[in-house]
Amino acid sequence: MLTFTIRRLLLAIPTLLFISLVIFLLVDFAPGSPMSQIPLTVPPEVRAKIIEAMGANEPIFVRYLLWLKQFFWVEPLVMIDGIFGTTYAEGMQRIVSWQSRSPVMDIIWQRIPQTMTVVGSAYIIGVLIALPIGIYSAYRQYSWFDQFGTLFAMIGFSVPTFFTGVVLILVFSVNLGWFPSIYDTTLKVTDWETFLKQVRQMAMPVAVLALYNAAQISRYMRSSMLDNLGQDYVRTARAKGMPERTVVLKHVLRNSLIPMVTVIALGIPTIFGGAIITEQVFKVNGLGALLINAIQGSDLPMVQTLTFIFAVLIVMFNLIADVLYGMLDPRIRYD
Amino acid sequence: MTDTSAIEKPRSQWADVWAQFKTHKGALAGLTVFVLLILFVTVGPFIWTKDPTYINPNAAEMIRTRNKPPSWQFPLGTDQLGRDMLARMMKGGQVSIAVGLVAMAISILLGTLVGVMAGYFRRLDGPLMRLTDLFLALPLLPLLLVMVMLFRDPLARAMGPEGGTFLLIVFAIGVTSWMQAARVVRGEVLALKEREFVLAARSIGTPSRRMILRHILPNVVSPIMVAATLGIASAIITESALSFLGLGFPPDFPTWGRLLFDGVDYIQQYPERVMWPGIAISLTVLSVNYIGDGLRDALDPRIRGR
Repeated sequence: MLTFTIRRLLLAIPTLLFISLVIFLLVDFAPGSPMSQIPLTVPPEVRAKIIEAMGANEPIFVRYLLWLKQFFWVEPLVMIDGIFGTTYAEGMQRIVSWQSRSPVMDIIWQRIPQTMTVVGSAYIIGVLIALPIGIYSAYRQYSWFDQFGTLFAMIGFSVPTFFTGVVLILVFSVNLGWFPSIYDTTLKVTDWETFLKQVRQMAMPVAVLALYNAAQISRYMRSSMLDNLGQDYVRTARAKGMPERTVVLKHVLRNSLIPMVTVIALGIPTIFGGAIITEQVFKVNGLGALLINAIQGSDLPMVQTLTFIFAVLIVMFNLIADVLYGMLDPRIRYD
Repeated sequence: MTDTSAIEKPRSQWADVWAQFKTHKGALAGLTVFVLLILFVTVGPFIWTKDPTYINPNAAEMIRTRNKPPSWQFPLGTDQLGRDMLARMMKGGQVSIAVGLVAMAISILLGTLVGVMAGYFRRLDGPLMRLTDLFLALPLLPLLLVMVMLFRDPLARAMGPEGGTFLLIVFAIGVTSWMQAARVVRGEVLALKEREFVLAARSIGTPSRRMILRHILPNVVSPIMVAATLGIASAIITESALSFLGLGFPPDFPTWGRLLFDGVDYIQQYPERVMWPGIAISLTVLSVNYIGDGLRDALDPRIRGR
């Protein structure tokens, strides 16, 4: 198991390097680069100065290697400095945003809490809704509850999140006036009243994302339960005269949760990507909004870093899912 | 002498598939809705001949026909420039569904090519599957946004705003969504290669090209068809998401996602302007998903005929 984990970790390095190269080249070779957005009235020598100040006049491989060094060496050092108060990274050049001229990672750290509170709570709520639905629809297969669950799941992943979001805004903030339609990121939770306010403004984005995730996860849970309900050990347990409750909730549920660990772990990076749209609908000032802003402002370092962080999340959770699966299911040992 | 009348008439495979498909109520309803939607966007403009981009040149009259509620003259009302919403819905649907179909075709073509190559030629299997894994690890929505943002203007200049954006979006969606199809096809091809009929064909010296086209491909049609239907649904959602983020088609070129995006600004005064395109997108995707569900059951020989 340990060798498998180490081998997977080593394999992740070339994967990440390749992805970073793809992202870097795609953004860099594109014809709509920021260099073409400097007004033509700017004299050529000033233009050359601007490009030099952006650091965009170096050959591409120099910039790629510099970016790699900054991302994998300088930024972790800055993080260590921040935690332990050391000065390893002093005087080192960090990845700097072209829009705001401040280090990219500082802005990202400011935005992460907003995304995490909304996306994180939505995912947890989604999983908590999905598991019971999946368990019960599998146990009573083809019952009205199962039919209803199927319909719910079908609608859940067919209706796009931007439409559910807009409909919720229409019903609950335009017509009923219960929730605010715009997420206020400056709100600090200090007492009971601000906490209620925070819950109110989170309700709609969380509901949209939770519904979408619950629809998918409940399907996986249902089929995983169905796989296990037909197994021989279930018949044996029933034949021994075990109470139905113990059979379903102890024996079957525990075994069906094993594949769910993978499904849930693999879903985490995709919801970060999907949250871009929901954040845009409810004006949540998170990572998605940051990416959209950076794209519209042709802020190449920000776009490259953010996209790469999304890629790191995907690779990391793939790895976690694989390793967890091997640990939980003794039939699958990779070595 | 054998009694020929006792032998049942041979049934074709597709008749069987259709018979099974008909028993799936959701799939049948989905097919009906999808056909109706297609008729709405293709035949509709010939019946309802208003120009979707017509803005009254007489400014006073234009202002009077702005933001109209539904009436006999404008069944779905008009938008902030006095353009007829029904005509815009039809035009927008044409684009959205066309994007879905073409992007699906590209992704299925790529996926089948990679899948068959990886499954059939053992030497290509490793590299092609590594490539598929790499693509699966890419953050797709951010990359799509970046691609559209960076390549939209140059392509629009080269091929006109509509054609250029259409090509770019269709190509971008196709290139980022072929991986699932490739994996499924590869699995099927690997299993088929062990079958006797492939061995028989090989023993009479069938060259690889004919082997793939005559013996392998017809047998992997069913998973490809299921992947294709589900591909249409996800391509339509992706296109409307891009339009919704303001990174899709240009503003005067309606698609359902773009209409929804434009309607959000007026959501307080004219909520129906958000509802129509939203309902249209949701209905299309829902019906296509149900068709895919029914097809999967109908094409599975273990379920069929029971």
